[in-house]
Amino acid sequence: MKEYNQLIFETSREGRRAYSLPECDVEVAPVDELLPLEFLSKEEPYLPEVSEVDIVRHFTLLSSKNYGLDTGFYPLGSCTMKYNPKINEDMASLSGFTTLHPYQPKETTQGALEVMYNLDKMLSEISGMAKMSLQPAAGAHGELAGLMIIKAYHESKGDTKRTKIIVPDSAHGTNPATAAVAGFEVVEVKSDEAGGVDIEGLKAVLNDEIAGLMLTNPSTLGLFEKNIKLISDLIHEAGGLLYYDGANMNAIMGICRPADMGFDVIHFNLHKTFSTPHGGGGPGSGPIGVREDLVQFLPVPVVDKENDKYYLNYDLPNSIGKIKGFYGHFGVLVRAYSYILSMGSEGLREVSETAVLNANYLMNKLKSHYKVAVDKTCMHEFILSGLKEKTLEVTTLDIAKRLLDYGYHPPTIYFPLIVDGAIMIEPTETESLETLNGFIDIMIKIAEEAKKEPKLLKEAPYNTPLRRMDEVKAAREMILKWSE
Amino acid sequence: MHRFIPNIEADKEIMKEAVGVKSVDDLFDDIPQEMRLNRALNIGSSLSELELQQHMKELSLKNKGTNELTCFLGAGAYDHYIPSIVKHLAMRSEFYTAYTPYQPEISQGTLQVIFEYQTMICNLTGMDVTNASMYDGPTACSEAAVMASDATRRRSVVVSKTVAPEVRKVLKSYLKLRNIEVIEVDAFDGTTDIEKLKNVVNKDTAGVIIQSPNFFGIIEDVTEVERITHQHKGNLIMYVDPISLGILKKPSELGADIVVGEGQSLGNQLNYGGPYLGFLAASSKLVRKMPGRIVGQSEDVDGKRGFVLTLQAREQHIRRYKATSNICSNQGLNALMASIYLITMGKKGLKEVATLATKKAHYTFNELTKKGKYKAVFNKPFFKEFIVTSDIEADKVNKELLRNNILGGYKIEKDYKELKNGLLICVTEKRSKEEIDRLVGIMEVL
Repeated sequence: MKEYNQLIFETSREGRRAYSLPECDVEVAPVDELLPLEFLSKEEPYLPEVSEVDIVRHFTLLSSKNYGLDTGFYPLGSCTMKYNPKINEDMASLSGFTTLHPYQPKETTQGALEVMYNLDKMLSEISGMAKMSLQPAAGAHGELAGLMIIKAYHESKGDTKRTKIIVPDSAHGTNPATAAVAGFEVVEVKSDEAGGVDIEGLKAVLNDEIAGLMLTNPSTLGLFEKNIKLISDLIHEAGGLLYYDGANMNAIMGICRPADMGFDVIHFNLHKTFSTPHGGGGPGSGPIGVREDLVQFLPVPVVDKENDKYYLNYDLPNSIGKIKGFYGHFGVLVRAYSYILSMGSEGLREVSETAVLNANYLMNKLKSHYKVAVDKTCMHEFILSGLKEKTLEVTTLDIAKRLLDYGYHPPTIYFPLIVDGAIMIEPTETESLETLNGFIDIMIKIAEEAKKEPKLLKEAPYNTPLRRMDEVKAAREMILKWSE
Repeated sequence: MHRFIPNIEADKEIMKEAVGVKSVDDLFDDIPQEMRLNRALNIGSSLSELELQQHMKELSLKNKGTNELTCFLGAGAYDHYIPSIVKHLAMRSEFYTAYTPYQPEISQGTLQVIFEYQTMICNLTGMDVTNASMYDGPTACSEAAVMASDATRRRSVVVSKTVAPEVRKVLKSYLKLRNIEVIEVDAFDGTTDIEKLKNVVNKDTAGVIIQSPNFFGIIEDVTEVERITHQHKGNLIMYVDPISLGILKKPSELGADIVVGEGQSLGNQLNYGGPYLGFLAASSKLVRKMPGRIVGQSEDVDGKRGFVLTLQAREQHIRRYKATSNICSNQGLNALMASIYLITMGKKGLKEVATLATKKAHYTFNELTKKGKYKAVFNKPFFKEFIVTSDIEADKVNKELLRNNILGGYKIEKDYKELKNGLLICVTEKRSKEEIDRLVGIMEVL
């Protein structure tokens, strides 16, 4: 195929059009008589003028420059890039769902409310929590709602001294950022050698100013936090609450539950664990769940049922309020609900078991050529710390870029920050043994190349639509839109 | 063995042997026994595809949407026409199954789409810079207020009560967290009360938020608002309907510093409230205060033009607790749909949509107020929405309309008690004369 490198604006020609609208069928004065002239723009907004076939080719060609999950293996650690079942797209595009206006009377939206109600029940069961809010738009948004609830909880007890949130140094960037946005001071606690929370370090920062601790379990190193009971007891004894970042939920479904580990508030990432597509960056969906006594603080509205009729309940006097327009990413909720129904209880457990087996298999096979950050049984993901035989020249970035040449999406790199040259690999359960073996072969081949021909890696990739990009130039020149 | 899990038992045996475990259970040894569930999750058994389809179809048929009901409801989510190609192109799975474009070499599709989206949002609003989209209009507005506060180091934001209630509610939740004060200014005769605004804007005001067309559908005259805001060196934040920009003056011409809004109208389905997309555009001096992802143009080592995520030093994955916002996700797929929509309509099409909506809304208004049963509440220029009131309760009118398969207006009394029996009626380009006449006919005989 020939190379395509045009912006739509560069293909525009005056007079071309792709739209059709009916003639105006009402008799009324022209717009410049209906509205005062000083409100009207003198010129049309600059948008391209192109034909329908031009648009179709433009976007089709652009899509071919993208690597999606449907293109191939996507072992992007902490992002749970599992297959997005096609049937979910069909279900979410049923017109009985897509054409609902958010302010319609509830008599006309019972089916939609039932989806939300049922999904709430399912996610509550999977997490062990009492009730969910489906409102948060994404993981970070769920974190924000969760911390607002923690704040409201302490305030309701007249405890206004609690202004600090503990975040482990291995946490996702969103954790400390959310804590800051929610008006908390961030206290970082170190990780121990196995990537768990350093208990002595934790004890040292616990006092009556601590509102809570944000944690993922399995941790960002892909290991189950064995001390979770102790951590939970310590936090609760100090009067704080325990927040669960659901990023790594894919490892433990049907095996253990955040509520049973002692967590008080949780968010799920439906776009990770529950197979809704990432959309090239979004929309996500980050429902939050809470234990019984915190339900009163959930953002409004929540979905409830009375006399077999579903309704949006705004009557939560202690609610943290509204955090988003309307009720959440309903279209994403339909997909997640469809997924859970497709999987069932046994299926979800098989998801976690297989995801963990796949990760351990990959880790064991890669050990010969790469350094494993913590060499012990992992959960759904694991971290490599670069090549086993370190060379001065070849970096983790080079390895990632070389993977592109072989048709793989690279793993997450340089995260978590506590591992030098981290390569974070999460295969998920939807990849076959053959796919994993293919990836292993290529990773080993790249390790060999690093020894023999490091230059090959330094300049990779070669076979992609574009080669290594100059990011410094982008930041310096700041060309953030097209102009003639 | 589930259909979405390819590895069969024989594969798993090979893998277990390689790992050195007898059973998969051994891999979970770190999980303390007392913490285990030790029972099946109570969520039912797996459904086959056929069973799932049937179940979901039943649920969807319990709803009545805008295919069954003629929609005169707006108030922040709009039933505009969506060209067929939007769905076809947005459903290309190379777009929707991709993650955030952190690897630019294999993400040029997503990156170029966002660059084009940014260009069009800047062109529509007249602003210098924008980001790769936000969760929705209300959260975009809240982030804009935070930006204004950060940029001015002031702790107070003024918002007109003619801004959509949903937007103001989210704004209050967000700003409370940052200890930024929210001062609401009353409306007078359907627009922001300028005298009252004057009294509250001062040297502590980080920004003034004005919606135009406002929640009542009325186009606000922002000349005075702009003067008062800038006199005190605050930022003018405008919340706009992107469709209206097909005919109305650009916010940049009106002196806006930050422009935000709900982008659902641009090719996105109503979807019972989401996912939509918010947009946030600003003057270039505020670029480093912006939240979310931004795409910039660059080139590769061979000198070929390409696009990358840029100015990432603002973001949470680099700055952690010092980031401008905690936002990570954008609404990539929704921004793609908005882009395809804007390109398909082009400059003539967007103007035509805005013109048709204006004309049809005015025709509806004229017809409804002709006989005197329904009265105009305000006598001010409006775009595609307006309020009428009568002696009949809004719920009663809507009930009768629904009985006739019409989705009536928004009951404005819910949020503005003084507007008793008021209905906020929305008319987009999709409504035909016949549908409008039917609405008027039913309302007249009540």
